[in-house]
Amino acid sequence: MFFQDMTFELFMQHLTNGISLGSLYALIAIGYTMVYGILRLINFAHGEIFMMSLYFAFYGVAMFAMPWYVAFIVTIILTCLMGMLVERAAYKTLRDSPRITVMVSAIGASFFLQNLAVVLFGGRPKAFPTVGLFTDVLKIGTVSLQRLTLMIPIATMVFLWGLLYLVNKTKTGMAMRAVSKDHETARLMGVDVNRTITITFAVGSILAALGGIMWGMKFPQIQPTMGVMPGLKAFIAAVLGGIGNIHGAVIGGFLLGIGEILLVAFLPELTGYRDAFAFIMLIAILLLKPTGIMGEKISEKV
Amino acid sequence: MLKIENLVVSYNSIEAIKGITLEVNEGKIVSLIGANGAGKSTTLKSIVGLVKPQRGSITYQGKDLLSTPTKDMVKHGITLVPEGRRVFANLTVLENLKIGAYSRKDEKEVQKDLEWVYELFPKLKERSWQQAGTLSGGEQQMLAVGRGLMSRPKLLMMDEPSLGLAPLIVKEIFHIIKEIHKQGVTILLIEQNANAALKISDEAYVLETGLISMKGKGKELLENSDIIKAYLGETAGHK
Ligand SMILES: Nc1ncnc2c1ncn2[C@@H]1O[C@H](COP(=O)(O)OP(=O)(O)O)[C@@H](O)[C@H]1O
Ligand SMILES: [Mg+2]
Repeated sequence: MFFQDMTFELFMQHLTNGISLGSLYALIAIGYTMVYGILRLINFAHGEIFMMSLYFAFYGVAMFAMPWYVAFIVTIILTCLMGMLVERAAYKTLRDSPRITVMVSAIGASFFLQNLAVVLFGGRPKAFPTVGLFTDVLKIGTVSLQRLTLMIPIATMVFLWGLLYLVNKTKTGMAMRAVSKDHETARLMGVDVNRTITITFAVGSILAALGGIMWGMKFPQIQPTMGVMPGLKAFIAAVLGGIGNIHGAVIGGFLLGIGEILLVAFLPELTGYRDAFAFIMLIAILLLKPTGIMGEKISEKV
Repeated sequence: MLKIENLVVSYNSIEAIKGITLEVNEGKIVSLIGANGAGKSTTLKSIVGLVKPQRGSITYQGKDLLSTPTKDMVKHGITLVPEGRRVFANLTVLENLKIGAYSRKDEKEVQKDLEWVYELFPKLKERSWQQAGTLSGGEQQMLAVGRGLMSRPKLLMMDEPSLGLAPLIVKEIFHIIKEIHKQGVTILLIEQNANAALKISDEAYVLETGLISMKGKGKELLENSDIIKAYLGETAGHK
């Protein structure tokens, strides 16, 4: 065998880790892809919304001594409101402005939230609370792993099912798909376009909060800049899968998560390039198939 | 029913509509004809609030439309079938029809209207599960009209429904328009196909570079020699 020290146990551990990291990227990537789908806008603040969710959970459990499930529900609600607030403050007023203006506003919102977090929560890292139910170690045969590692992909599947149900089977979802194609005509049909956009931000932020909570339990160190790298990678995942396409975001998320972990596992000497993997994938896809794996032709919005 | 008075619309200081006055009476088919770029679409877009006029007034059953947001137009019974069909390519045929009834709450009546639309356009029923983007141009136009009908409009406005379609399908579209009108729907029709439009119209206006140059009964305009020269030309000879 090529890799002498790669036992079956070790491989399974890496693979499950990759799958759960991929799940988290997928959850965050959906927020990018949905907002892009409906506004043709890259919501640069999405990584910061994700970061905020970890602080909300931290303060809920560690400072206000809420039971974890209460804290997590509060986290989801606050993150959702925060996402809607960002949309209202940074994007809604610029609805008819040139794209570049909105993009600058998005970058501004991202920096603002990051610095707001420094001011409010301090720059020093904090330890995310551990919840035994999720973080205890589980042994399956000879493979031992944190319960979380299995729970994350399963929970992600449930959330995805819920999302696809919302988008494909409900009236609100139908409006979202219509608005993502043509704002004017959707308006003519009586669709409240602004409300539909708000809902899209709310849904993306809820998924970011769910991802954030699970992220915090898996990688329990939080700081104001922690949204940047996962945010960038999730964005790359969305591009990889074909931005605007929900299935694509999920596929891209898993590809990046699994690829990144296995790269480091098989080629430990490349550990330093761990973060570079995502960017290499981005360059590769932009060269080979710029519209992404599931992407249709990108039609310029009128 | 609908009254437009002294309407002026400009795009970045270029006047597209230079002060027009027109009226659509309940139960009529009114058509607005004119060459490309005359300002026909701009007029319709002003009515539904997609462009903001500089001056003038638009009222519908006495209500000021200029302050009504686009999304509320269907609730008042005003529906526009836009130029270029604009069906939602990523939605199924059935979803496109359902979204036409988006703001309606009377589920049972919506179902009835759906049956009616399927009766008018049997092709749509056959393809109800297909993505609208896979339909032919003619089928997409029928879907756009069907979608408009699903809002149960009192005033249905259609922007060049026959554009780019084969003659046989054009004939079918005009037949359907008459059919819709029989159900008591008032119709404001925009056409470059002046001959076909004037034949079915009670009243007609001719728009020329932002101004109304002629108006009258549909039949009268059909016989007017200026119109024949300018808009009917060849087609008139072949009727
Ligand atoms: N969005 C726009 N921006 C600038 N000019 C426009 C726009 N839409 C239409 N126009 C101009 O306004 C005039 C009328 O256009 P339109 O109402 O589309 O004419 P029609 O429907 O009769 O072909 C044309 O000269 C056209 O170039
Ligand atoms: Mg036009």
